[in-house]
Amino acid sequence: MADLRINFAGIKSPNPFWLASAPPTNSGAQIHKAFEAGWGGAVWKTIGAPVLNVSNRYGAWHQGRQRMLAINNVELISDRPIEINLREIAEVKRAWPDRAVIVSAMVESKPEVWREIIERIEDTGADGIELNYGCPHGMSERGMGSAIGQVPEYCERITRWVMEAATIPVIMKLTPNITNIVLPARAGVAAGANALSLINTINSIVGVDLDSLELTPSIGGKGGHGGYAGPAVKPIALNMLAALGTDEIVAKSGIPISGMGGIATWQDAAQFLLLGASSLQVCTAVMHYGYRIIEDLCDGLFNWMDEKGFKTIAEVSGHSLHRVSEFKNLDLSYRAVARIDAEKCIKCNLCYVACNDTAHQCIDLVSPNGSLVQPLSYDVRSNGRHEAIETRPQPQVREDDCVGCRLCYNVCPVDDCISMVELPSGRDAVTWNELSTQQTQVTEDWETMKAYREQVGIHIH
Amino acid sequence: MESASREIVKALAEQLPPLTAHAASVEADRCLYCFDAPCTHACPTHIDIPRFIKKIASQNLRGSAETIYASNLLGATCARVCPVQELCEGACVLGADHKPIAIGRLQRFAMDYARDHHLYPTVKGAPTGRTIAVVGAGPAGLSCAGELARLGHAVTIFEKRDLPGGLSTYGIIALREPVEVALEETRMIQSLGVQFKTGIEFGKDVSLAQLQEEFSAVVLSVGLGCTPGLGIESEETIIDGLAFIEASKTAPENLQVGRNVIVIGAGNTAVDCATIARRLGAQRVTIVYRRTDREMTCYEHEYDFARKEGIEFRFLAQPSRVLMEYGQPVGLECLRVELGSPDTSGRPSPQPVPGSEFVLQADQIVKAVGQKKPSLAEHLGLATTKGFISVDAGFETSLREVYAIGDCIRATGAASTVMAVQDGKLAAVSIHQKLAESVASLEGK
Repeated sequence: MADLRINFAGIKSPNPFWLASAPPTNSGAQIHKAFEAGWGGAVWKTIGAPVLNVSNRYGAWHQGRQRMLAINNVELISDRPIEINLREIAEVKRAWPDRAVIVSAMVESKPEVWREIIERIEDTGADGIELNYGCPHGMSERGMGSAIGQVPEYCERITRWVMEAATIPVIMKLTPNITNIVLPARAGVAAGANALSLINTINSIVGVDLDSLELTPSIGGKGGHGGYAGPAVKPIALNMLAALGTDEIVAKSGIPISGMGGIATWQDAAQFLLLGASSLQVCTAVMHYGYRIIEDLCDGLFNWMDEKGFKTIAEVSGHSLHRVSEFKNLDLSYRAVARIDAEKCIKCNLCYVACNDTAHQCIDLVSPNGSLVQPLSYDVRSNGRHEAIETRPQPQVREDDCVGCRLCYNVCPVDDCISMVELPSGRDAVTWNELSTQQTQVTEDWETMKAYREQVGIHIH
Repeated sequence: MESASREIVKALAEQLPPLTAHAASVEADRCLYCFDAPCTHACPTHIDIPRFIKKIASQNLRGSAETIYASNLLGATCARVCPVQELCEGACVLGADHKPIAIGRLQRFAMDYARDHHLYPTVKGAPTGRTIAVVGAGPAGLSCAGELARLGHAVTIFEKRDLPGGLSTYGIIALREPVEVALEETRMIQSLGVQFKTGIEFGKDVSLAQLQEEFSAVVLSVGLGCTPGLGIESEETIIDGLAFIEASKTAPENLQVGRNVIVIGAGNTAVDCATIARRLGAQRVTIVYRRTDREMTCYEHEYDFARKEGIEFRFLAQPSRVLMEYGQPVGLECLRVELGSPDTSGRPSPQPVPGSEFVLQADQIVKAVGQKKPSLAEHLGLATTKGFISVDAGFETSLREVYAIGDCIRATGAASTVMAVQDGKLAAVSIHQKLAESVASLEGK
């Protein structure tokens, strides 16, 4: 039986799912409701400097009928009076001793101001503090949020001030709006932070209204960049998470990482765990569907762990990190080709057009009588379902020419119809790294490269 | 009286409601956007279906309608009357293990939008100075006239009926296509500059010779003849199916429907007649057919529809006599039929069993046993194939510059609106090319 409990830098919770610091954690009443639904913890919406908010603060990215693949927001940190927040934090923690109550904070970059907010948070009995170095809008214009997160030296300095004052675990939250996510993470390690969390939202403009020609959303005729979050950002978050897990300094420090950025399902959650997260934070999916999604997040994760034989979250955490590598270490001799299962194929020809227009032109159309045909080659007088179905050609991969790019596999709308089949390449395994050290000339000169290809039998058409 | 006519309107109201914008959007998103899509192949007019559907998804409804019109000027009618199960939707790749895209209803959504916003096709070509006469304002004639007009020709349609539209106006039951849809479509063709001369009967009010004299080309789109006789006693009391449907469209409040109605025949028109009778109050409606459900010519989905309407089927029965009392029909005497070896239609031949007479009660009998071949061919001395007007690949008949399209040439395959539309389109291209060639040869001299 899988055990979903976690101990994250000393913060315990009955499952790894925390509500991220955001609108879903704006008040005590909300968090009571969330804990009743089963959330393991909550990171209170950032408290600190005084703010005023605007209307039309959330934009969204929809694809077809699928709403809110991502949300974009210009909401600032909590606009509720700080005393009310602090009182409710204390009440929630008293009522829910087994849940993780973490308080996100953001104040002016002065040691005494930070010291004061840390002390006030600790007075509530909260389990931990998250340092918000991430908000990319509004607060950053006032020298807070991502204005800190984008400068590793600032991260380190402020975190040191915090660590001097704090007696409870401190999580430093990273902004993804930076070229190299590893540098602020290392700064957190250097400053002695107890944990890291990532990612905060990504700078974004969600769109332009084609009637009014104003930005979407329009705030009194104007708009600007906001923070982007939700399912669409997951791959970016996973990459940054893996970058920390594979960085020697961050990995060696053993600092735990709370992962977030587009977690909507238990599958997403499992992937964040496998790439090194040991607690998980969720926001957009909850803003879309409500607190009730916690049930399947836990249930699905539990069932999957059971199936895979994982006993604890700690066992899952980082399990796939050793699979993360760089291009230079990939086996250039590994060969896979696409194969279309004619039984499952519905002949939509999406693979055909993708391959022939935009990839490597190695899918043919084979008519039922076995001859190769061109698309749109039926007679103008031919019609009716029987003729259309019975004469419809079957897409087929010319495996000798297939470079294994995997585009057709990705566009195929039928489950398990196209598979990438590993075939022997007939070449010894070799990486670019090996090639560039052992046969440097090959990697630097096209003529030598040509000779090398002929020698090992690499044909590119 | 008023409430009675309201009841009739309700009973004959268009069966499928229009898709809501939301439903259309959901359905359009479901389309996979197949490349060289089988739905497009299956459509006789080869509308680029994935393209018009994706334009619905992207809310480019004007472009969507233009895509449909580019291949089929009668998209509004076809969206309603096409046997989509046998054509586009029947070929949809999603049909195999889920359900096909509702192509017909999406097309109607785009066509309704075009109608509501008056986004109709426009003339593309400069005036050519050429004049073309089209005889018959049914789907084939309208399509041909519209396509020729778009190319810049001056087209006049001669129609013997009071209203244009042919079967769309008079012969398709209102459940599938309300009269107003058919008439609006003819107005759209009119807006391309096509002249309509209704109430002019070809062969009577105007002759072929006159048209040949006055026009550069003549297109015959005359459809089929009347329903053939059954050759049975008291046949004059049997109502013609097409007349029955016509009355249900033009003056439903005057249509007398029996309590116990028999429809002879099992094609799509027979199902339509039975449906009308049922909807307008008949307590019992029975389709009498001399073969079985395996041989009948109505589409499978029409058969299913008829059974859901509560229409009964009596197979293997050959009508032999109408039984009369006080000048009114009271029943249909039939002979039991056994199926013999295949006849010229390839179906088993019905063999009535002598002495097997039995009577089916009825107070109204309607016949829908197909239509006669066009009698016009003989009068004009046109070559025929199996009784239908013969045409070459360019739709030219045995007379030069006289073309024929639609049901009157349909010697093979099922007659349908969409096939007629395609004929009209292809014939227009052929006529346009021939006219251009003749101009070129004149200039060459």
